[in-house]
Amino acid sequence: MSDKPLAAAIDGWHTMADKPHLIGTQCTHCDTYFFPPQNQYCRNPACDSTDFRQVELSRTGHIWSYTNACYQPPAPFVAADPFQPYAIAGVQLEREQMVVLGQVVAGVSVADLRVGMPVELVLETLHETDDDIKVTWKWRPLPTGSNPATGA
Amino acid sequence: MANEIAIIGAGMHPWGKWGHNFVQYGVAAAREALADAGVPWQDIRFVSGGATVRCGYPGYVAGATFAQALGWQGAEVNTSYAACASGSQALAAARNKILAGECEVALVVGADTTPKGFLAPAGGYRPEDPDWVRFYLGITNPTYFALYARRRMDIYGDTLEDFAAVKVKNSRVGAKNPRARYRKCFTAEDVAASAMVADPLRLMDICATSDGGAALIVCSLEYARKIGKADAPRVAGISTTTPTFASGVVEMPDIATDSAAANGVEAISYRSRIPLKAYEEAGIGPEDVSLAEVYDLSTALELDWIEDLQLVPRGEAAAWLRRGDTALGGRIPVNVSGGLACFGEAVPAQALAQVCELTWQLRGEAGDRQVKGAKVGITANQGLFGHGSSVIVKK
Repeated sequence: MSDKPLAAAIDGWHTMADKPHLIGTQCTHCDTYFFPPQNQYCRNPACDSTDFRQVELSRTGHIWSYTNACYQPPAPFVAADPFQPYAIAGVQLEREQMVVLGQVVAGVSVADLRVGMPVELVLETLHETDDDIKVTWKWRPLPTGSNPATGA
Repeated sequence: MANEIAIIGAGMHPWGKWGHNFVQYGVAAAREALADAGVPWQDIRFVSGGATVRCGYPGYVAGATFAQALGWQGAEVNTSYAACASGSQALAAARNKILAGECEVALVVGADTTPKGFLAPAGGYRPEDPDWVRFYLGITNPTYFALYARRRMDIYGDTLEDFAAVKVKNSRVGAKNPRARYRKCFTAEDVAASAMVADPLRLMDICATSDGGAALIVCSLEYARKIGKADAPRVAGISTTTPTFASGVVEMPDIATDSAAANGVEAISYRSRIPLKAYEEAGIGPEDVSLAEVYDLSTALELDWIEDLQLVPRGEAAAWLRRGDTALGGRIPVNVSGGLACFGEAVPAQALAQVCELTWQLRGEAGDRQVKGAKVGITANQGLFGHGSSVIVKK
């Protein structure tokens, strides 16, 4: 790993703090959350609002389902050489009533995961460029017995 | 019934990885369907094509492309793009034209030439495109199939052996289908020995991408009677409905579901709602269905579809599979064509290929794949960006 600066792989979708959050939006009329953030039109068919507030989404949730990538995806994915398989989880966020996909942190395999397991959001390298290290959100299992509902 | 049309011709170019221009497959399928119908090409007044987005401009205007290839004769054209449901949407356009009285007989056709490996998005840096985003983050199509498969294992107790048994079942009938690409009887051991792609799904649990073409000749019931085909199978229902907010299952290509946090909003499964309009239009229920052609993008997904079509109670598809109830000769045979497991996916042709199989089955022309006494068949598929379809064909 180099000493290049860290940069978000996709700008504005998560904070860069130690305990990072995804950045979403919430409709000020009907309270629907949106991730990726959406500021233009509410997608609730019963709501025609164009007014949103930016919100930090819950940074913990429970695994809805999980899998892994054993084969290197095509571009725009930038693979390490050699390709390192990684786990992927869909995580149910309680307050937002939505499932968000993401890679699981390096070193955790599908054998370590189960449906319902509590996880938290962290930042990890997605790939490196000539100028910086692109980081993105990934899910990391929380110790058994921890309670994401209060840990958010 | 007032909203029915007849299917008087069906044709397919065999599926494979032929590497030819997609137009060639569509023309071959169309000519087979025309010959099957006994209708001269010059009599077709509407050409409804399923678009392909991988073959350049001719693919975007597939209806016109096929009309030109078959020889301009002044017919009106339409091109439908609805991902995996493109063929059904093209069929629905033809039905509307016929039921509106604007045309008596139409050609519906779709064909594709597919690249090797993963289907990939357009290039550049485009975070506004969810298809680009998910590939950038390392999430491919098999990721979604695997997430659904893992849910089945967790909720219903399905096993890897169940998933392999779907492949084994489908390969037994696909081996008898001259139009299928893979015509080998695979064993559970073959599946278990194939490479893991997206745990718990192995290479042989996941459908390939293929070249192929499929076509239908459809007409008004009056026209069918006029040419002595009053007994032809009929399209009794077509659903191409979109999801209902809040779509509660993470679907390709999105990285998140809708939020169901608003008052009065609940999370709703899209897949299970797709067939509802088809059943309603046809005025029949799941208990009337003789056979089903469902979109087995993965082995596990076939089990989901059987439940989404309400052919078996939720969570029981694997039990029906184990008893042989979804095999040829069973209570509700599923994918007796061999399904995507034996064909691979040729996107704009696939939904039409499903209807071709139902047509041959309801005519009793499916040979050693024949479902005895088949009277009603249903298809189901789902693709990217809120596209899905279900078609009911009956005698």
